[in-house]
Amino acid sequence: MSSTLLIIQTLNGLQLGVLLFLIAAGLTLVFGVMDFINLAHGVQYMLGAYLAAMFVPLTGSFVLGLILALATALLVGLLLEVVVMRHLYDRDHLEQVLATFGLILFLNEGVKIIWGAAPLQVPMPQALSGTIRIADGVLYPVWRLAIIGSGLAVAVGLWLVVTKTRVGMLIRAGATNAPMVSALGVDIRRLFMIVFGFGAMLAGFAGAMAAPVLSVEPGMGDNLLILAFVVIVIGGIGSIRGAFIGALLVGLVDTLLRSFSVDLLRLGGLSPSDARTIGPAIASMSIYILMAAVLFFRPTGLFPAKG
Amino acid sequence: MAETPVPPVMPAAPPLWRRIWLPVLVFALLAIVPLIWGERFILGLVTRAMIMAIAALSLDLILGYGALVSFGHAAFLGIGAYAVAILFSHDIVDASIAFPVAILAGALFALVTGAISLKTRGVYFIMITLAFGQMALFTATSLSAYGGDDGLRMFHRSEVFGSRLLANDTTFYFVVLGTLLGCFLLLKAIVASRFGRVLRGAKENERRMRALGFDPFLYRLAAYVLAGAICALAGALFANLGMFVAPAYMTWQRSGEFIAMVVLGGMGTLIGPIIGGIGVTLVEEWLAQITQHWKVIFGPMVILVAIFARGGIVKLLTRGDR
Repeated sequence: MSSTLLIIQTLNGLQLGVLLFLIAAGLTLVFGVMDFINLAHGVQYMLGAYLAAMFVPLTGSFVLGLILALATALLVGLLLEVVVMRHLYDRDHLEQVLATFGLILFLNEGVKIIWGAAPLQVPMPQALSGTIRIADGVLYPVWRLAIIGSGLAVAVGLWLVVTKTRVGMLIRAGATNAPMVSALGVDIRRLFMIVFGFGAMLAGFAGAMAAPVLSVEPGMGDNLLILAFVVIVIGGIGSIRGAFIGALLVGLVDTLLRSFSVDLLRLGGLSPSDARTIGPAIASMSIYILMAAVLFFRPTGLFPAKG
Repeated sequence: MAETPVPPVMPAAPPLWRRIWLPVLVFALLAIVPLIWGERFILGLVTRAMIMAIAALSLDLILGYGALVSFGHAAFLGIGAYAVAILFSHDIVDASIAFPVAILAGALFALVTGAISLKTRGVYFIMITLAFGQMALFTATSLSAYGGDDGLRMFHRSEVFGSRLLANDTTFYFVVLGTLLGCFLLLKAIVASRFGRVLRGAKENERRMRALGFDPFLYRLAAYVLAGAICALAGALFANLGMFVAPAYMTWQRSGEFIAMVVLGGMGTLIGPIIGGIGVTLVEEWLAQITQHWKVIFGPMVILVAIFARGGIVKLLTRGDR
């Protein structure tokens, strides 16, 4: 295993990590403040990618397309909140899971009807489409660095909003004890609507940023949604800090083990053919094992918000 | 999750109509289907629907009676199916060996994953069962010796003590129907037993059950293992139906469908999930015939069920009785 590959895969892991963080941030807040399981959060990510695929060629500018995509993602999020989610806050998790599962089926098929089942490509902005030399003989695409950079910037921004502003204070208070916040005269429903719409927009942002390096296709959010759930469960539901650390952890572990599990197993003394068979399986299971282990020792995650 | 106070009354027994006549009606209808529609397609479709009903039935034991929302139940279906197909590929084709192995495999997976999952509650339980389901899925995709992503084909159905009894579609239909009936009666007896009452008691008020000296964990684990075993049996039948297994049998979407079947039919009624399982399978097939984009219709139906149909079809049918 060469150090070049290690550097590149670490960066790839970081990139997956920040994308996961963008998705998990909204999920964990919605979860934390309203105790609401939103399985449909992954389709918001997919929607962001599709909206970028539509608006970027339409406007001829990535930035303009991105802004339009984000605005639309926000609107769709608010619309879903009003039409579906709102009726489910007081219900069991079971009914929330079921309703948002239905929403996934509907939206995945809906994008297929609107944009077709074939994968779409999104051009990346010209200025950021090159590669950059990050070490001796190691070239890395600028756009992937831009994803990492923008994700970290959003993380810092979110941290500032959550810890320094009044809205952030209400969100934190809501995650800790929602009925108390409500009793103090805060319109918790409106707070939640804001959080929900904002979370949807963040997931959409992740999708739009990832669109140029991935193929945009129906169901692309499903697997990431599951990963995002793993992230917030590891991090502790309702905690932004937990989501951030969990996301980077999951992104790095998943990416690094996918490229190095076979080598590691061979170092561990397995025969090459056995290592090749078992390696990929262990790599794809690793984060679930990580999550099961975390839950076994800390049943409410690493940084529980309620306490 | 705060424990909600429960009024100290025993829930009334379900009305006679639901307890006796509805199941009789459902099974009688299923029994005459092959006599009315003998076509292969219909037989195969209803057989598939009944297998899904067995799986949904097993989920109802933990979901309806234990309030344990398992989002990884499809794993057991896949494990049962793979057990049969893998043994088949090693020339062990007799159901008398393959089916018990499938059931044991399901039970064993349930025992291990249940022992870990049941330490958690609520949302965390949903997520950890989902994680175990995903693990099973990825294990199946990495079984390159057994087809990997592409799945594994069986050349014929399992033999029964050396005879190709199940090769006949009508015979297979009645075997599945008999299994469904057997599982239904078994679970009915179990939920009515002391074990079932403890399970329900732990769902209503865990602290009180503890105070009475019961360990809810052990009862839940036993129920989880039993549900896993029955679902694996459904998987063994499922492998035989199409003579094919694939990792796609255990996606989390299928686990979601199972939940939809149970809730749509009526949680904690046993007969409800059977109706739900058959109903959902038939509706999916019917919608798929109308349009390839049937999910845009099915999705909103699921949403409406979640929002409005509290108690499911069975409660709608017997409205006013309770």
